[in-house]
Amino acid sequence: MNLAIRDIRYHRGRFILTTIGLGLLIGVVISMGGIYRGLSADALAILESVKADIWVVQQDTNGPFAESSRIPEDITYRIKAVPGVTEASPLSFQTIQVERKGKPFRFFLIGYDLNGFGGPTEILGGRNIRQKHYEMVAAKAMKIAIGEKIRLGLHDYTVVGITGKVVSSGGDPAAYVSLADAQDIQFKKDNDAIRNDRARIDANLAGIQSLSPVQAKYLKQNIAGITESTHTVNAVVARLSPGANLLEVQERISRWNHFRPISAEEQIRILTKGMIEKARMQIGLFRVILLVISAVIISLIIYTSTIDKIKVIATLKLIGAQNRVIIGMILQQSLLMGVIAYVIGYGLILLTYEKFPRRIVLETFDLQALFGIVIVICTVSSFVGIRKALKIEPGEALGG
Amino acid sequence: MYAIEVENLTKIYGKGDTAVTAIADASLQVKPGELVAILGPSGSGKTTLLTAIGLINEPTRGKVVIDGVTVADEGWLAGLDLKRLRREKLGFIFQAHNLIPFLTAMENVMIALEINHQTRSEAKDRATELLSALNLGHRLNNYPMSLSGGEAQRVAIARALANKPKVILADEPTAALDTENGKNVMVLLKKLAVGNHSAVLVVTHDHRMVEGFDRIFNVRDGRIVS
Repeated sequence: MNLAIRDIRYHRGRFILTTIGLGLLIGVVISMGGIYRGLSADALAILESVKADIWVVQQDTNGPFAESSRIPEDITYRIKAVPGVTEASPLSFQTIQVERKGKPFRFFLIGYDLNGFGGPTEILGGRNIRQKHYEMVAAKAMKIAIGEKIRLGLHDYTVVGITGKVVSSGGDPAAYVSLADAQDIQFKKDNDAIRNDRARIDANLAGIQSLSPVQAKYLKQNIAGITESTHTVNAVVARLSPGANLLEVQERISRWNHFRPISAEEQIRILTKGMIEKARMQIGLFRVILLVISAVIISLIIYTSTIDKIKVIATLKLIGAQNRVIIGMILQQSLLMGVIAYVIGYGLILLTYEKFPRRIVLETFDLQALFGIVIVICTVSSFVGIRKALKIEPGEALGG
Repeated sequence: MYAIEVENLTKIYGKGDTAVTAIADASLQVKPGELVAILGPSGSGKTTLLTAIGLINEPTRGKVVIDGVTVADEGWLAGLDLKRLRREKLGFIFQAHNLIPFLTAMENVMIALEINHQTRSEAKDRATELLSALNLGHRLNNYPMSLSGGEAQRVAIARALANKPKVILADEPTAALDTENGKNVMVLLKKLAVGNHSAVLVVTHDHRMVEGFDRIFNVRDGRIVS
């Protein structure tokens, strides 16, 4: 006869409520683990979608995600010429926050060369960008419809396609536009600013007495050309041919002034160890705290449940029940509570994880490990009750 | 052969100046089929005597023999499995019936049988048989909470009888019952003592019930006085 099941059946209201409470707690632990994994997945999403071997960024920076990086677009051609490089493509990254339907609308805008790589890897709906200007592919998480227009900078951009789960390291969903559009959005000044800049240049040049009017005119054109240029990118990504020596290619690019070639591996380290490490540690710590709380709660529940059953246990001992009968009853209850709570927690997260604002990544290993931890916690927690139960004297069954 | 033999049983709690003698030099014998009472006021030592015979409380001195097995002779005998002896030779009836609240009447009887290695079907058959014999055939699946005091005590008696023990020890079995139910329980205990050829030792201070016993041992201040 399974005493644990019978006790649970008799006190099912209390058991269900307790288990649901514990299940919610385990659900939070599972979601914390999912957020922990999601942070890594988010941080690496763009790296994985671009699939570059080398990220060339501004010298002495950890760009383009961890730090600001600006390099000239035309360096792409020079990188393409490096032995071992099969293709190189310029990329632009910027976080945009605009007002949409009366609410802040935040996303991560990626500009890419339509003839290069680094654009959306999958199109879930609509099509990819075909025109050089004013078309956009948006991530599904942006919840924006094909055909919808968004005003960015000086122009409206039409969503022509929907892509998958690419997000920035901050978790903002990504949208893609052509490189030229992204550069315009990021660097192009409005007409007032241009007029103001030109007036400043005029005023400065007017102060140089030695310039002839023709020299001043050409100098002004040159200066304006530089200040109004948008041909700047945040990184140039390169892919190597099979068998190419990564270190040699890096070393060669390093020799040029003003650039830093970061390998994909280094970029992963910068993103995971630098940008999200503290957040990961924080979440990891929360998980540990929640597991400790779960252990304390299970111990308390099992202990109080054992206290409630002192007379029952004493009676069982008096009628000759073996210790294994009593240990089994307590241990099985504890394990049942843990297993059912785990199933509740897991089910809850499985039903809701896609609705979380941040990405939740549920990995089989994490789920199995947590299940193991829950079993260990339940087993260890039940020792408190078992210890108490084994100390109960059969004589306690006597008397009123 | 006696079912219960106690010789010069003494139980002392504590040591030195704080030592308290709960029972001193108690001797008694009970034959199979006898219904015997240990009568005495609260604190007289009657429960101590019962727990020593019930293999719960180790005697300080003296000898205890249950169904021919010497269990104590100046303390428990070495190598004894007290739990097994309790399962096989003793049946307990309590003041407050002590039924397990989350088991039905039938399961409360079955548990005693399953603990004693009976199969589930054997235990179920025996529990049904016992409870039916005690007029509880219609209450098999009721939980203790839904049983009356008399019914619950009859379930407790069925549990005590489940393994056909040679000795039944009852601790104030009528204390929580009204006179009529108390008398019914006493009649039942007498019937069982004779019918099962078991020795039934009842500890009580309930003078209402003294009529039904074959013999009565009066205990005062830790000594059997008559």
